Amino acid sequence: MRNSRWTNLIFQLIAVILALGFTTLVMLIAKAPPLDAFKNIIIGSIGSWTKISDVLISWTPLLLATTGLLITFTAGLWNIGIEGQMMIGAVFSTWVLRLLQESTLPPALILGLAILGGMLGGALWALLTGVLKTFGGVNEIFGGLGLNFVATSINLWLIFGPWKRPGVASMSGTIPFPETLWLPTLPGSRLSLWALGLALISIVLVYFLLRGTYFGLRLKAVGKNAKAAYLLGVPTWQYSLAAFALCGIFAGLAGAMQVLVVYHRLIPSISSGYGYLGLMVAMLVNYQALWAAPVAFFFAALNIGSIQLPVVLKLDSTLSGVLQGTLVLFVLLMQGARQKLGIRN
Amino acid sequence: MTDNCQLTTANRQLTTMTSETLLIGLAGVLAAAAPVIFAVMGETFSERAGVINLSMNGSILLSAMGGFAVALNTGSLLLGFLAGAGIGALVALVVAFSSITLKQSQVAVGFVLALLTRDLAYFLGNPVMGQPGPRLQSLPLPGLSQLPVLGPLLFKQDLMTYLSFLLIFLAWAFIFRTRPGLMLQGIGERPAAAFVRGANVNRLRYFYTILGGALIGLAGPIYSLSVKAGWKGTISGLDGIGWIALSITIFGGWNPIRAALGAYLFALLQWLGLALQPILPGIPAQVLQVAPFPLMILTLLLVNIGDSEWVERALAAMPERQRRLAEKILRALRAKPPAALGTTFDSE
Amino acid sequence: MNVDLRHIHKTFGKVHANDDISLDIPAGTIQGILGENGAGKSTLMKVLSGFIYADAGEIRLDGRATTIHSPADAIRQGIGMLHQDPLDFPPMKILDNFLLGRAGGLFPDRKTARRDFLALAAQFDFSLDPEAYVDRLTVGERQQLEILRLLWLGARALILDEPTTGISLPQKEKLFATLKKLAAQGMTILFVSHKLEDVEALCGRVSVLRQGKLVEMMTPPFDAGRLVESMFGKQVTLAARTPARPGLVTLRAQNLSLEDSRLQIHQANLDVRAGEVIGLAGMEGSGQTLFLRACAGLLHPVAGKTLVGGRDLTGQAHHAFKKQGVAYLPASRMEEGLIPGLTLTDHFVLAEKMRGVFINREAALGLARQRISAFNIKGTPASTVESLSGGNQQRALLALLQTPLNLILLEHPTRGLDIESTLYIWAKLKERCAQGSAILFISADLDEILQYSDRVLVFFAGRVSPPLDAAQTSVTQLGQLIGGKGWETLAGEAAHA
Repeated sequence: MRNSRWTNLIFQLIAVILALGFTTLVMLIAKAPPLDAFKNIIIGSIGSWTKISDVLISWTPLLLATTGLLITFTAGLWNIGIEGQMMIGAVFSTWVLRLLQESTLPPALILGLAILGGMLGGALWALLTGVLKTFGGVNEIFGGLGLNFVATSINLWLIFGPWKRPGVASMSGTIPFPETLWLPTLPGSRLSLWALGLALISIVLVYFLLRGTYFGLRLKAVGKNAKAAYLLGVPTWQYSLAAFALCGIFAGLAGAMQVLVVYHRLIPSISSGYGYLGLMVAMLVNYQALWAAPVAFFFAALNIGSIQLPVVLKLDSTLSGVLQGTLVLFVLLMQGARQKLGIRN
Repeated sequence: MTDNCQLTTANRQLTTMTSETLLIGLAGVLAAAAPVIFAVMGETFSERAGVINLSMNGSILLSAMGGFAVALNTGSLLLGFLAGAGIGALVALVVAFSSITLKQSQVAVGFVLALLTRDLAYFLGNPVMGQPGPRLQSLPLPGLSQLPVLGPLLFKQDLMTYLSFLLIFLAWAFIFRTRPGLMLQGIGERPAAAFVRGANVNRLRYFYTILGGALIGLAGPIYSLSVKAGWKGTISGLDGIGWIALSITIFGGWNPIRAALGAYLFALLQWLGLALQPILPGIPAQVLQVAPFPLMILTLLLVNIGDSEWVERALAAMPERQRRLAEKILRALRAKPPAALGTTFDSE
Repeated sequence: MNVDLRHIHKTFGKVHANDDISLDIPAGTIQGILGENGAGKSTLMKVLSGFIYADAGEIRLDGRATTIHSPADAIRQGIGMLHQDPLDFPPMKILDNFLLGRAGGLFPDRKTARRDFLALAAQFDFSLDPEAYVDRLTVGERQQLEILRLLWLGARALILDEPTTGISLPQKEKLFATLKKLAAQGMTILFVSHKLEDVEALCGRVSVLRQGKLVEMMTPPFDAGRLVESMFGKQVTLAARTPARPGLVTLRAQNLSLEDSRLQIHQANLDVRAGEVIGLAGMEGSGQTLFLRACAGLLHPVAGKTLVGGRDLTGQAHHAFKKQGVAYLPASRMEEGLIPGLTLTDHFVLAEKMRGVFINREAALGLARQRISAFNIKGTPASTVESLSGGNQQRALLALLQTPLNLILLEHPTRGLDIESTLYIWAKLKERCAQGSAILFISADLDEILQYSDRVLVFFAGRVSPPLDAAQTSVTQLGQLIGGKGWETLAGEAAHA
């Protein structure tokens, strides 16, 4: 079997079929009607304009996270710490807003500064993981994981401590910001074209960055063979740190969007698992930017589509997670099977 | 992660602090640590053989849910625990197959499984959510439970807590005092050297990963059939326990005794976090609960610092007696991961 | 135990690593096995020790034909192998290393093991503390541990692979005394080495392998000249050499002391001049790689200075050396030199450090095409480097070199290549010399060393010879030096161990 494009496609198709089969099996075990469930998810995601705009709102942070992760994956890094980076981005944005909300600066400027603050926060937190790895030898998987939880605790401490609502601290987060400090949305909807636009611009930027710039090529070299890249003249550890910082910028931006567009305050679960989901999307698209946006959209659609499952079919909404996880799992397994059977890419 | 019931109990315990209530509180700490002990021991076995099972977080949830569901439907606690172990073993089998046979990245598969099994747990667990089910009863040991301090502390626990005590000792004895345990150390350190001594490296890796998975799988039902009683879905407060167990494994330096200390420390901090709430408001329990993670990072940092040049030079400059002592301390503190952790082995 | 190898054949792809090798070793013999790198020694030892199966042939132990299925099976049948890097467990104690692998019950009998260990150690005058950790031992001590372990498991034949690399003189003497004692007790010993002196001092017989065949079997007294000739082949009449006209000093190594886990080089001195070619000869692990890497800044010296073009670059990172026009080509092409998954064009773009932010595709393509044709690489700009043959990969590595360069450092530039590629690559390198670059290269092929070098440095166990004039040196002389003989006749060694 010489034609690698075809074999690639066939193996991926098998993976999708197996994933659907497995998920159907799971549903049967749960005594759930598979076809109805699938139908409901589809309707629930694109059945009405509200639903579609919900998908788009969910798409934004997911796409931003994936975008950042593509950079770190290209550099050969497992940036599990992305959740924490999103959280700290959100924290920084909130901090900027709190600092400036009483000032006389125009709201647009305040929002802009808040966005920049978020990107800075994410970048700094990511650099922390990077420094631990480069200078401390701490594997970025465990460093990132640890820092995720540290970020969670910082977040919680702020919500229940210095930034708590007057009176009783609450799980519903800090005091919501006034509407003047909300990023403008489409009339009658919670969708902000600003946020969506930023996400789309980001993926396009990163696509060109990775494919069309010398930086991207060098990053790829570091990720595939750091020793050879070094001999060819690439300053490897600087590029690693740069990858972390860049990913942190996008993660921080995602966190900022969550605060400025969706929740208008800091809440305990501000990153909502989009970071981890982004890792899955990146794995599924084999770390190539081309299909990142559509696949992220698909995942967002699955999430939104399954929200009403508990109401309509008495099924838990985590069905979308099952489908997503199964898909990535079987793609990975099929990849392994293909290599094992000696069919090279 | 706040559980109201626990909060008030802990509250009461600290406010009316007599030695008796303190002992009861500490006994509770030991019981709360039991599932973590099982999970950490399991992961230690797996990693000692060279395989990281990153799916812990999800598989604990899945085995908790599955064990509860089985116990609920069959009325048998034993079957519930066995089901949990079976689930954990099955997930570990996927990790093992993917990394040993298919030679894919252990991190990738483990991570996906962590998310997938978690979602499976919530999805499949929906029907049994909130239902009351069988619960492991307390088993005071006759005679021993009457002892002055140790009695209420150690001997008024339930079966799984007793087993957790036993497990620590068994795991330690196995790894460090038995022949197969020695070989287990060897496989994780230098598979090639184990191979020339007759070990079928990959087969043993399968075995220990699955064994580890089974132990991890026992941790879940301990929560749903004992400590937290029942399956409460996303409010169960279990979310994230697997990651904590993972960092305790690393902090524990792949040594059962040290890992157990880490687990008890964590459980103690958790209890203190809740109990100190009324006294020190503003520091939510959650903050104390993330302690394992900085500790883990610190441990990993120490590994590399211990290897670095200036430490070597400092050691070389010391007189013999002092140097031996310093080396001993360093060796005890440092947690060097098994050298072959995460790698594949080909007997070529 | 009598070890009889009959008509052993083993092929790897196109390489006939063991070609009809027959060797009958009586019990109690210390059998030396000599051969240059790639002659087939390690393949033969892998067959005997159970790592691989021979394609054809028979192994007889004490007259009985047998198959050896695995290394563990080998020791069960009495064959123990001491690897060059002993296969032990560094973070574990000596005693645990000792008893691991011996069959037995659930609980290891540490008391008996300790008693046996100390008794065996006393027999051979080894001073090892069973409670010490292996990662604190020297190589010689780790060897001693492994020997004791193999003896305890009942070895009646021992294979030692380059055992004297990286051990001290007293340890070597102790080792030899041990081996002689064991041989007197009936142990069969296979001693694989490239060190002629050691082989002469220890072995009762010597066999020489060359290119997969057993070419010579000698008994004492040994004629070193004949041994070397068998190892490296007859002297070939070399083509006419273009004499170099060396220019200014490009690189100066001044009292350079280097070390790694096994080897130490003390106070090496060398001046490399523009336009000249210096060959570094020696068996693998003798220090050439260490030296070459130090010249590239990839290895930091323990003492001494490295000056490039008059600039003191000691201790600086490789990129500082690169800036001064130093390039390094590693031997393992795909692991260290090229990036799998990237195309030829990608590599050229990376090496050229092109200006701008966005990749200029046209310029990149043009560059790639130009280089591919200039170096006759059988591939297209879009070919991934892993799809190229070895020869073309090496040409690609050469093509990645920038112009101009002051110093080109090459690890085994033509290893595994056919004649055509070899000649082509050297033609290109000579072009560079004419343009003023200096070249340092490592090679295991003595003919190549003498053919292309102006001067030669020989490395042996960390010792560095003074630069020898290649035109005045014969293959035999080189071979002797590589084997450790004839160093006394050299005037003014460039470094001492």
